[in-house]
Order: sequence, then C-alpha cells, then structure tokens
Amino acid sequence: MLNNLVNSIDPYLLQILVNIGIGIILALGLNIITGLTGQLSLGHAAFMSVGAFTGALLTIKLGLPFYLTILLSGSITAVVAALIGWPILRLSGDYLAICTLGFAEIVKVVFLNLDITNKALGLTVPLPPSFLPMPIIVLIVVVLAIIASAFIQNSRFGRALMAIRDDEIAAESMGINIARYKVQSFAVSAFLAGIGGCLYGHFLGYINPSDFGFLKSIDMLSMIVLGGLGSVPGAVFGASILSAAPEFLRFMSQYRMLVYGALLVFLMVFRPNGLLGGVNFTDLVLRKLGVKPHLATHKQEGQ
Amino acid sequence: MALLKLDKATIRFGGLVAVNGVNLEVEEGEILALIGPNGAGKSTIFNLITGIYAPTEGKISFKGTNISGRPPYVIAGSGIGRTFQNIRLFSQQTVLDNVLIGAHTRGNWNLSGALLKFLPAVRREEGRLLELAIHCLSKVDLAHRAFDLACNLSYGEQRRLEIARALAIEPALLLLDEPAAGMNPQEKQTLLTMVKNIREAGVTVFLVEHDMKFVMGLSDRIAVLDYGVKIADGRPEEVRSNPAVIEAYLGKGAH
Repeated sequence: MLNNLVNSIDPYLLQILVNIGIGIILALGLNIITGLTGQLSLGHAAFMSVGAFTGALLTIKLGLPFYLTILLSGSITAVVAALIGWPILRLSGDYLAICTLGFAEIVKVVFLNLDITNKALGLTVPLPPSFLPMPIIVLIVVVLAIIASAFIQNSRFGRALMAIRDDEIAAESMGINIARYKVQSFAVSAFLAGIGGCLYGHFLGYINPSDFGFLKSIDMLSMIVLGGLGSVPGAVFGASILSAAPEFLRFMSQYRMLVYGALLVFLMVFRPNGLLGGVNFTDLVLRKLGVKPHLATHKQEGQ
Repeated sequence: MALLKLDKATIRFGGLVAVNGVNLEVEEGEILALIGPNGAGKSTIFNLITGIYAPTEGKISFKGTNISGRPPYVIAGSGIGRTFQNIRLFSQQTVLDNVLIGAHTRGNWNLSGALLKFLPAVRREEGRLLELAIHCLSKVDLAHRAFDLACNLSYGEQRRLEIARALAIEPALLLLDEPAAGMNPQEKQTLLTMVKNIREAGVTVFLVEHDMKFVMGLSDRIAVLDYGVKIADGRPEEVRSNPAVIEAYLGKGAH
C-alpha cells in the first residue's frame, strides 16, 4: 500500500521531497553543535561523507538490513566525531572552525585515495532490500530527528549545551563539565550527519568523496542560519527552503544561483537572527493555552 | 573546622603577585566580607576558590578536602555557588532557564534522559529541578518574572537572579562578588534582608563588596585585602578602627 502511495507521486517531486528530508536531517544535526552548543563546525560534510561511505560499504560488503545499516552508519560517524572532537573542541570560535575545515579536507583526501572507497571513482550503492520504500524511511528518520532535537533542547542536557553557548565561564561555575558536553554534542550532531549521509548515498545510488566538500558544509550552515540558529523549526524550515530552492528556481536557468545568493544576502540584512530565530514555539503554544501564566502567581503563594 | 580555608594562597601573573600568601578561614554559618581598594585582588581570590585560576602556591581546602587546581565544574559540584562582578547571566534565556542551569548539579539524567524524556524517572527529576528553581527564585523575589528573558530584567533584578542561580546549586558556601553594585538604597536594603535569610537557611556567605554601609550592616566578620596581602581580619567595629585599613583606603596621615 505504501509502495502504491509512493509510486503515485510524481518522481521528480518525490526526489525533491527526499532531498528536503535529507537536508532536514543534516540541518538538525548541525544545529545541535552550532545552534545549541555554539561551536561553529565548517566540516560537517566530512561526517556526512563518513556516514555515506560506511553505509555504502555495509550494504555492499555485508548486505546488512537497511535499518541496521542506517543505525550503524550514524553510530560509527558519532564515534569518529568523538575521537576528533576530544582534541579539537578545546578550541573555540574561528580556531575550531578552521580545524573542522581541515578535518573535512583530510577525510576527503583520504577517501579519494583508499582502495576500499574505490578512490576517485566513487562507489555505486545498490538499494538494499527493505520493507519500506526509501521516501517513507527518510520521512520516519526526519520525524524521529525532529522529536529528538526538540527533546534535547528542552532537557537538562540541552540546557547545559545552551549554557556553554552563552557563557562558558558561567556554565562551568554552575558545575557543567564543558569538555564532556561539547564532545557529546559533537557526537550527537555527527550521528545525524552520518545518517543523513547514509540515506543520501543509498537514495542517489552513487557517492564520490568530492561530493562532500566545503560547499556541502556551507550548504548545511546556510540552512540553519537562514532558519535561525538554535531553532528546531528554523532548521526544518531553512533546510526545506534551501533544498528546494535550486529546483524551484530552475526556470531562471543560469541566473538561479545568483538569485539564491541574493536571497541569502537580503535575509541576513533584514533578519540577521534567521527567519524563525528567537521564536519560542513551545512558549507561544503554552501561552495560548494559558498554561504558563499561572506559574507566575507562584510569587503570591510563596509570600 | 573551617568550611573554607585558604592556606598561604598565592597567584602570580607574570611579575605581578595578585594574591600574596593569604591565610583566610570561612567558618560555617557566618557572613564574611572581603573588602579592599580596587585592584586589591578580591575577585582574584574568588576566582582562585572557584577554580577559574589555580594558585601558584599555597592550598585551598573546602570541607577539609584540598580543592586547589581542581576544575571549576568539580568545585561547583562540591557545593560552592558564586555570582560574578560583571553580571554573567545567560541573557537570551528566560529567568527560569537561568536558574534551571544553576540546578544542573542537582540532576543526573543526560543525553539518555533527553531522548527518554517521557520516562517517569526523568519527568520526576525535571519536576524536582523545576520546583527547586522556583523555590530559589522566590527567595530573591523573582518568581513572578520566571518567563521573562534575563536581559529584560533591571540591573538590580539581574544581580538577584545571579544569586538565585547560584542558590540552585544548593551550595554550602555562597560567594557573592559585589552583589550590591549598581543598586539604589532601597534595593540594597532588600538585598541585605535576602542575604540574611539565605544565611538563616544554612548557607555560609562570603562576599566582596565596596559599599561600606552594606558590609557593616551585614557581615559577622570582615577581612581586608590590599595589594594582594591580607592586612586585617576581625569584627566590623575592629576593622573600622584599624589604622592599617584606614591607611589603605585614605592614605597615610589620614587618621
């Protein structure tokens, strides 16, 4: 039934939708380390690459079930990120950004030279047998990633990350182990990037290390900056617009990248916090429902 | 046994000896004030105690354990809460979230807790932290501002919010770095009562402050620092008439 539903959708539209879905997963991942924890990563394409090649190799060499491949690609990428993160997350700001940039280049060059990744020829990825059609799997992962991101943001863990983003000295004086939380945040972020990469590779059917260059990292960053750093709806929104824009602007042929660039410039001038930056949706809903104001009366009760 | 003990604590920044062989004991349950001219090293002593700096020489012990050189998050976790001279709130977050971050060490659930938010154990902990946060806010009379952004509070309110955030650690020792700075006389009076209440609730208070009226009205004991050296230590009336103190503040020949 699901297969029929998926088949009934125009394939071109379906491809755009899946691209949007993968974009959302990647953006939500980057949002955790850059949006929530405030650590600028310019090398997230490398994690996408690690996930894509891990996933492809698991399918080609081991023929694992797809859901297991997805989970393993994410987990292995998270381990790689934790190992890389431990030394480099002591740096902050520009230094960290340059460091992640360097790491991404190293990953690209290594994958371009390894036999197992088929060097510069890249890998053809067969679609593994799976119970559900690909677009539905992407949809499920997107939903799970949104829920996980929202949960993280409203938790003790997420509060610690945001404290680190806003003031490291104050955060540490509140008993927050900064180094540990940064590494954990980096790993979670890379987990999603790895899953995004794995889905990307299997959906496209072909991956090449050069696909995961600097521009890919910048794409992801543009998505969360456009939507509003640290905002889950913002990341979803930004990823949707930027993943779809190149397609919808296709009628402008060679001018489309120009318009795309101009859109970004105008947005940053008129709405520097991103489209949904600073909008607290939970708060809005709760206020509408009248849940929050009664807490404000606590003062009178306390006296 | 003293709650906090500085034993010949010294820190040098290059050629500058910011704190020089300071011996100081903070007794459990007292309000101790540290005063001294600008640049005397008062905030540096706070930074030494909270682990932002490690002492070059000497030892700092808290509850009988040596804490010198430990990282700030460990020291905070062992029960020392602090405020900052230049307010360091998480200004783009709500008042409540600021205090919830302060309550960090009172919880245990991490990433797994975030993802399994619906588990009863996690929800119980969140509820407990929320209750603690509201309790701390009501102690400084800010519970009614819980959902405002910290940056929208007045200067005096921000100082009080810092105290609430530090209280959420449920500290044995509370370090207040110029809590009354920038407050009007009325706000200072309210603050004085609040700090006294905090002490009544069993928290030892160690503060740095410039406002003499405030210090005299609040402290059980006063220590005076000048050029990184402790020059006096005693009850308020003793310190007030101490020639070395008057000289440090007003210059030689002033008395």
